[in-house]
Amino acid sequence: MSVLVKNGQNVRNIVRALVEEKGREKSELIPILQDINGQFGYISDEAIKELSERMNIPGSHIYSVATFYRMLSTEPRGEHVIQFCESAPCHVAGGRLVWEKLKQELGLEKGETSDDEKWTLLTTSCLGVCGVGPVMIVDNNIYGNVTPEQVPGILSQYN
Amino acid sequence: MAYFRSHVLVSIDPICIDKGAYELIDALHDELVKQGLIDEVQVLETSRIGDPESEGPDLMVYPEGVHYTNLSLEDVPFLVEEHFLKGRIAAQYTREAKEIADKELSAPQAKEMRIVLKNVGEIDPLNIEEYIARDGYMALGKVLTEMTPEETIQEVLESGLRGRGGAGFPTGLKWRFIRDAEGDQKYMICNADEGDPGAFANRSVQEGDPHSVVEGMIIAAYAAGASQGYIYVRAEYPIAVRTMRIAIDQARSFGLLGDNILGSDFSFDLDVRMGAGAFVCGEETALMASIEGKRGEPRPRPPFPAQKGLWHNPSNINNVETFAIVPQIILNGAMWFANIGHEKSTGTKTFSMAGDVKNTGLIEVPFGITLREIIYDVGGGIKEDKKFKAVQTGGPMGGCLPEEFLHLPMDYEALEQAGSILGSGGLVVMDEDTCMVDIARFFMEFTQEESCGKCTPCRIGTRRILEILTRICEGKGKPEDIVTLRLLCEQINENSLCGLGKGAPNPVKSTLDHFLDEYEVHILEKRCPAKICKPLIRFEIIDGPCTGCTLCARNCPVDAIFGERRQTHVIDPDICIKCGICEQICPYDAIEIK
Repeated sequence: MSVLVKNGQNVRNIVRALVEEKGREKSELIPILQDINGQFGYISDEAIKELSERMNIPGSHIYSVATFYRMLSTEPRGEHVIQFCESAPCHVAGGRLVWEKLKQELGLEKGETSDDEKWTLLTTSCLGVCGVGPVMIVDNNIYGNVTPEQVPGILSQYN
Repeated sequence: MAYFRSHVLVSIDPICIDKGAYELIDALHDELVKQGLIDEVQVLETSRIGDPESEGPDLMVYPEGVHYTNLSLEDVPFLVEEHFLKGRIAAQYTREAKEIADKELSAPQAKEMRIVLKNVGEIDPLNIEEYIARDGYMALGKVLTEMTPEETIQEVLESGLRGRGGAGFPTGLKWRFIRDAEGDQKYMICNADEGDPGAFANRSVQEGDPHSVVEGMIIAAYAAGASQGYIYVRAEYPIAVRTMRIAIDQARSFGLLGDNILGSDFSFDLDVRMGAGAFVCGEETALMASIEGKRGEPRPRPPFPAQKGLWHNPSNINNVETFAIVPQIILNGAMWFANIGHEKSTGTKTFSMAGDVKNTGLIEVPFGITLREIIYDVGGGIKEDKKFKAVQTGGPMGGCLPEEFLHLPMDYEALEQAGSILGSGGLVVMDEDTCMVDIARFFMEFTQEESCGKCTPCRIGTRRILEILTRICEGKGKPEDIVTLRLLCEQINENSLCGLGKGAPNPVKSTLDHFLDEYEVHILEKRCPAKICKPLIRFEIIDGPCTGCTLCARNCPVDAIFGERRQTHVIDPDICIKCGICEQICPYDAIEIK
């Protein structure tokens, strides 16, 4: 995961540079939002404001797009984001028990971020690697054939 | 073409990437430069070689065919020196070729036939020359020099090719609609938003044979009169995005995209667009809204995309697999293709098998093969030789079919009559330990969450169904729930705007049709026969087998298990959260679910 840059100035600069690079066409909105989300972990109000000015698109439209897509977030996320595949192939391959174990280990429910801002627990749609289900992603690392027993070990790598 | 004496194929499977495959490639490159071998040894990227879990990152060296596994960056200088400079195999890193190397796409089984997957795993997807060497872009040449757009449409029409995205609409007809539509600017779009859980055929084709998709799209664009194309790939597939982008750049540099393709009057260019995680964007009107930078919400049809599509211009959308087949039809002729398959479903179809089947992964079979042949002959049967219970075809909007449907020939019509769909070709096989009410609830959770919210039947109806199913799984079901569920299924299906809503009730309806007894046991007896629904089960330790080893008590996350060492333990049902960990780890099978 990239470093979080929370300084307002930086957000605005980066948004400006992105619009410069990709252009002001409306069709570039989603690629730009993806970039912002990737760099900051989420899309802040600040970023939406700047983007609205630069692209000449109403902030309400940007907000509606940013909240529509699952991979875009308008809420800050933890240092490490865990995404568990909740799709049927992973579910029938024993994913249910892994999911229970994950929730238990972290003390979090789906969509929650821990108080120390270390973890965010999310589910993801199918990643298409169903042959090795159950599958989970921590930040950008994929783990396949996960068993409940492996969960603490996997999490401890991020301590 | 430069001559290389050695070719190094590095596996860039997602797991290998995670384990540092790209860093390995960089290190290899640097080391080859350092040792002056860069003009003799070529480093290539390839899809999965071995089992990435235990072997990655790994690579193959040709022509010797040596498989090096578990490589770290520190191994690279030694490996390069030994193998490429001194010509000695570095035995400490090698691994014997294994029988079953690729879990995702293994050697074709007897009943398979590969047209779409012809090149996948066989060629370097990042090298256009390897595609060309296997008759790649020959179909394009043929179309541009020998065939008019109308003849091209006619050929595809006669082949009987139908949309592989699930709807099964005749592809040639779709192309004719856009050709006949009025407008100067027409778009050709590839739907690579393969969102169905359990389906990964499109990912495999894009990662393993991207040029077949590019070539199919250029031919389609020529037939339809389109000048610009988009491939809409879901963001969950970063490798597919990358391979498609590379393929497009290569095709452009070879004069296969851009102005005056192959010296003809025809010009066409392609771009990759990425999704951002919305299942509904697989629906064609939602997909176009997303390309335009809007919320991916479907809109009513008509007007159909062929009249008013992307930016209100005539547009045509086909699935990855549909495009990948097109060059083969042009090369081998419509009749060749029409003779494969079954009745009105011609050709082959890929299926992604998952769940409780022995051989999970991707297969390609001719239409008309029965479900039994797919599951038992190609799939090797049920895991641990358990009993088959149901198979769900066609993704989350498909139906669950029980054993009496295993004789069904796989084609669009037969599956629809059985209350399911062919869909994107997902097959989730379920064994006797599956609770069908839980499965129905599970799929409803998915559609309910992925419903875009635009139309009421889908938004509220799926929510209502989910609430009722959740209640049933918690032992709070009411006898009248079954009637309500049936009514909701019917109304959501009839009144929803797009395929997501129309198909959403299928898992519920089919389980109600074929597994009604399970619903009744849940509702009337407050029991879950498969012992899956947590509120309806309890864990108990049996007196005999328990040796008092304390393993369960030590692993219980909520300290609900009590007992002295070497004495039978007891689970306190008031503390127990029914996580099932004790049952999984007990070496003596002393834990029973009741």
